[in-house]
Amino acid sequence: MSTEEAGSAHESGSAARPYVITAENLTKTYGDVTAVDGISFSVPAGESFGLLGPNGAGKSTTMKMIGGVAQRTSGSLTIMGLDPEQHGPEVRAHLGVVPQQDNLDEELRVRDNLLVYGRYFGLPISYLRPKADELLEFAQLTDKAKSKVDALSGGMKRRLTIARSLINEPRILLLDEPTTGLDPQARHILWDRLFRLKEQGVTLILTTHYMDEAEQLCDRLIVVDKGRIMAEGSPASLIRDYSTREVLELRFGSERNASVGAELEGIGERLETLPDRVLIYTHDGEAALEEVSARGLRPLTSLVRRSSLEDVFLRLTGRSLVD
Amino acid sequence: MTILTQGHGVTEEARNRRFGPLYSRNAKAVIGRGLMATKSSNWMVMLSGFFEPVLFLLSMGVGMGAVVGTVQGPGGQEISYAAYIAPALLAVSAMNGAVYDSTWNVFFKMNFAKLYQGMLYTSLGPLDVAMGEIFLALLRGLLYATGFTAVMGVMGLITTPWALLMIPASVLVAFGFASFGMGITSFMKTFQQMDWINFIMLPMFLFSATFYPLSVYPQYIQWLIQAMPLWHGVELLRQISAGAFTPATAVHIGYYLVMIVLGLALTTGRLRSLFLK
Repeated sequence: MSTEEAGSAHESGSAARPYVITAENLTKTYGDVTAVDGISFSVPAGESFGLLGPNGAGKSTTMKMIGGVAQRTSGSLTIMGLDPEQHGPEVRAHLGVVPQQDNLDEELRVRDNLLVYGRYFGLPISYLRPKADELLEFAQLTDKAKSKVDALSGGMKRRLTIARSLINEPRILLLDEPTTGLDPQARHILWDRLFRLKEQGVTLILTTHYMDEAEQLCDRLIVVDKGRIMAEGSPASLIRDYSTREVLELRFGSERNASVGAELEGIGERLETLPDRVLIYTHDGEAALEEVSARGLRPLTSLVRRSSLEDVFLRLTGRSLVD
Repeated sequence: MTILTQGHGVTEEARNRRFGPLYSRNAKAVIGRGLMATKSSNWMVMLSGFFEPVLFLLSMGVGMGAVVGTVQGPGGQEISYAAYIAPALLAVSAMNGAVYDSTWNVFFKMNFAKLYQGMLYTSLGPLDVAMGEIFLALLRGLLYATGFTAVMGVMGLITTPWALLMIPASVLVAFGFASFGMGITSFMKTFQQMDWINFIMLPMFLFSATFYPLSVYPQYIQWLIQAMPLWHGVELLRQISAGAFTPATAVHIGYYLVMIVLGLALTTGRLRSLFLK
């Protein structure tokens, strides 16, 4: 993919924003295993960019290479114009990182976690004190300022990790599965916070396997599988390109689902038979359902819904279980 | 809900510092973190590390000393047995403190607390982390050495002002052990492997001319012990305690300087390959 395509894929009036991340043919192998297999992408400043993929697709490895804590096997990568392998500390001075697993400092109290982390960036304490209070408020942890870290709930720890990643006012925020393991309330609070950061012009790089999260937060995303890019675009354009406007879900009972397939032939644009239901991809779900009735088929249940990124994702990365 | 304020000048300044590929001139942040963590937790460990050599000095020096009587000191003069073993015990405590801090402490932070992973996602480089952690080990060694020297003074075992130089010398000894200890720990994956460290430390403690002169051994054992780092520490401190310096003093100091340089190179290299792989 050339850089120009990336630029035009992301329009919004302000034509040529500089790229903050450019990866070309980025490859990472661990022994015989190829975790990332020649992926290329560019992210302009202020964009919210997603990496979607099943477990083991190479998302976290890509994030680590961007953070300069994993070395690429081949290809090129620049962050803010710098190679993270040659200029690790300097590149990371621009980054905020939310790793997949919280690595808060359990020996320090909540507010001290923010202060100490800020010191790692070489920031003066006179700046850090008010900033820490501001971030605690942002993360809704003001009353927990003096608590021990291990007394916090999972959601609170996650919010503290995100607050911590903002201590240096990063230009680029790397979020590796930021809401995995959180309850719905906590996820929505986080999405709100991330959206505010985006509004302030922070570039977000996000990995997730929650499709709703990607649809909520990402301007543009790549779907990765087995270390390769399967598709790229905005959530809406991916749905347009790889799915249909609507999906009709029919259940005939697990015995009959497979056998009715032939009788449904020709309805909608594409048919997918699963053990528990039959999916008909179509631009008009209601019309398809009428056609099903007209053919004398009586499903136990039927549902017309809009197509989602999940449909795209499953089409591109398959339905088999990945460990 | 306030919108986060952005665009502080200081964050820009912090980004525009000069950075090396492995070093951001900010080991002090690692040290600050260690001090803050110590405030809340490690007090008991700190105290036990101080009392251990003091208890040895009381039991062996005073108790055994009554049986042994006087022995020949480093300058050839007769000194009490307590005065003979006290500097050796100081060298041992410098070693123990440094090794504890740079092995068990580092092992835990590396494998369980994931502390270094967090640090290396900031603008800190591996060399900042290594230097900060080693400095903390030395600071603890300095505290122990000062306390122990004070105990020696109270017991009347200090006879020359030279003896005060034992404090910086034991920091040198601690530096040698700490810089190597952290590098070696980076190879350890399990608690069983960590036990090997004790397996090396205990014989070194007992046989490095700590409680009796090296001359009791046959020649080839002497050479073996003289190759070990603790013997050089014991001899160095013993010479300083009596103000009896010889050309060997420079050899002992040189041994530790080489150990420090090699240890730092090992540790930084290991941190780099562990966390920036």
